Amino acid sequence: MNRATASLPRSVAAHAILISYTVIALFPVFVILINSFKTRRSIFGAPMMPPTPETFDLVGYRMVLTQGDFLTYFQNSFIVTVASLFFVLLFGAMAAFALSEYRFRGNRLMGLYLALGIMIPIRLGTVAILQMMVASGLVNTLTALILVYTAQGLPLAVFILTEFMSGVSDDLKNAGRIDGLSEYRIFFRLVLPLVRPAMATVAVFTMIPIWNDLWFPLILAPSEATKTVTLGAQMFIGQYVTNWNAVLAALSLAILPVLVLYLIFSRQLIRGITSGAVK
Amino acid sequence: MGSLNIENVKKSFGQVDVLKGIDLDVADGEFVVFVGPSGCGKSTLLRVIAGLEDATSGRVVIDGRDVSSTPPAKRGIAMVFQTYALYPHLTVKNNMGLGLKQAGTPAAEIDKRVAEASAMLSLEPYLQRRPAELSGGQRQRVAIGRAVVREPSLFLFDEPLSNLDAALRVNTRLEIAQLHRRLRATMIYVTHDQVEAMTLADRIVVLNGGCIEQVGAPMELYNSPANEFVAGFIGSPKMNFIEGARLGESVRTIGVRPEHIAVDPHKGDWKSTVIHAEHLGADTNLYLDCEKAGLITVRLFGVYNAEPGATLYATPDPARTYRFGQDGRRI
Repeated sequence: MNRATASLPRSVAAHAILISYTVIALFPVFVILINSFKTRRSIFGAPMMPPTPETFDLVGYRMVLTQGDFLTYFQNSFIVTVASLFFVLLFGAMAAFALSEYRFRGNRLMGLYLALGIMIPIRLGTVAILQMMVASGLVNTLTALILVYTAQGLPLAVFILTEFMSGVSDDLKNAGRIDGLSEYRIFFRLVLPLVRPAMATVAVFTMIPIWNDLWFPLILAPSEATKTVTLGAQMFIGQYVTNWNAVLAALSLAILPVLVLYLIFSRQLIRGITSGAVK
Repeated sequence: MGSLNIENVKKSFGQVDVLKGIDLDVADGEFVVFVGPSGCGKSTLLRVIAGLEDATSGRVVIDGRDVSSTPPAKRGIAMVFQTYALYPHLTVKNNMGLGLKQAGTPAAEIDKRVAEASAMLSLEPYLQRRPAELSGGQRQRVAIGRAVVREPSLFLFDEPLSNLDAALRVNTRLEIAQLHRRLRATMIYVTHDQVEAMTLADRIVVLNGGCIEQVGAPMELYNSPANEFVAGFIGSPKMNFIEGARLGESVRTIGVRPEHIAVDPHKGDWKSTVIHAEHLGADTNLYLDCEKAGLITVRLFGVYNAEPGATLYATPDPARTYRFGQDGRRI
């Protein structure tokens, strides 16, 4: 900020609001993190205190890594998230390109139809989805989850990317056509790189609900071999006794991979934004 | 080399007729400029020639070959766009060579042609740069170079100078004129700027509302416009139009160009008051309120001092006064 537009009271107020929001938003994560390093007794005795030398205990992590097959759970979550993300971005971008680039009968209607999924929660169709998966023999496979999540992510992807793609210069696409590029090359080589910031936005919005989902893994793929991390952490939550050390440790570990993915995409996001603004 | 025939081309977008039956023949080596106000269909016509839009009906013939259903890359054309439309991920050299590479031209031949074109457009120092590292004028030269290397039978220019600043526009205009003289290629050029049209064209096609109003050499359009629209569109400042009835004539409109009116402080045909004077150095534009003819513009060569509010007498040159009938056609 420069001196001409800044005023001390105003910037103090702005910072106070933003800092208090940050604290509120990060507080649950913070509590999970500090308590995952504590003994069971001190979790309940003083849940707000950070671990001290007396209360420090890695029992939760030890339990998570020895009991249950957490490496497999992580791998499952990762495969499902990355594969769904790939298909959402690929099909979403292709549909968006068709909707924004080609004039055909029912174009508007098709766009509306594809975006309708934003308004209707996919969970309403759980019973039908389960029946379909049973009929096609996909229960207890990661494929089932990938298919469902791809369907869940597509509407928003199509909606956001259509807007961005119609902003890509027509002249550029036409220059490609005159130079004899195929529509596929125009799409992959000319258009996709230019909408990269939008792709990153869609990726972040799509990825987080998939990683955190408990519903569909529980219903469609609860077997030991196909459990995801969120589902795996549930095994420490019992009806009468809950192993809080292990639950907190599992949740803390589950943050890491998604954080890495987020950092990758948000860097793209920032690079995209600045490269467009500072010509 | 490159002739172009357009036969009764029509184009509609839904209910809207953008082109209402265009017939045009362009001879080999000609520089033809399409000019007209926004929305007159000139860019659409260019896109139909390029194959980027399909005509609703009619035929496009390039070099005696009906290309109505040929894809753009196989029509033997090259196009330069208003927004340059360079490939952002490729260097200048690869930008220029991509079309040839797609057509399967041997690498040695591509290198030779890129070298020739970049020498012609003085682009050699920039061959390894990407478009983002070039200025606007350089980018447009790369876009022109990309068209040149393809050695097309037909060059298409879609308002190539509109995004450049005034000084660069003059330079690039000159370069395009030299390019045409050097390559002797057929060029179609779309613009809404009548100065570009007058300076570049062998023939100008004036379009309005999806129809051709007049086709002719620049001076032909200036000296004998076919109708009121062409008369008003060609020439700057615009021709003065005066209702025939005000001057006691039976025609609908009388037109006289600002440069064909003389002024005198003491005597003349139309007594008038000076409203405003614009001094451009080489010439002076006077805005006059005439008792008989209403508001008119007068262009005088050199410096002429006239204060607003002063009384002047304006006299139109009778030999260069145009009369237009009820249908707008010149009588």
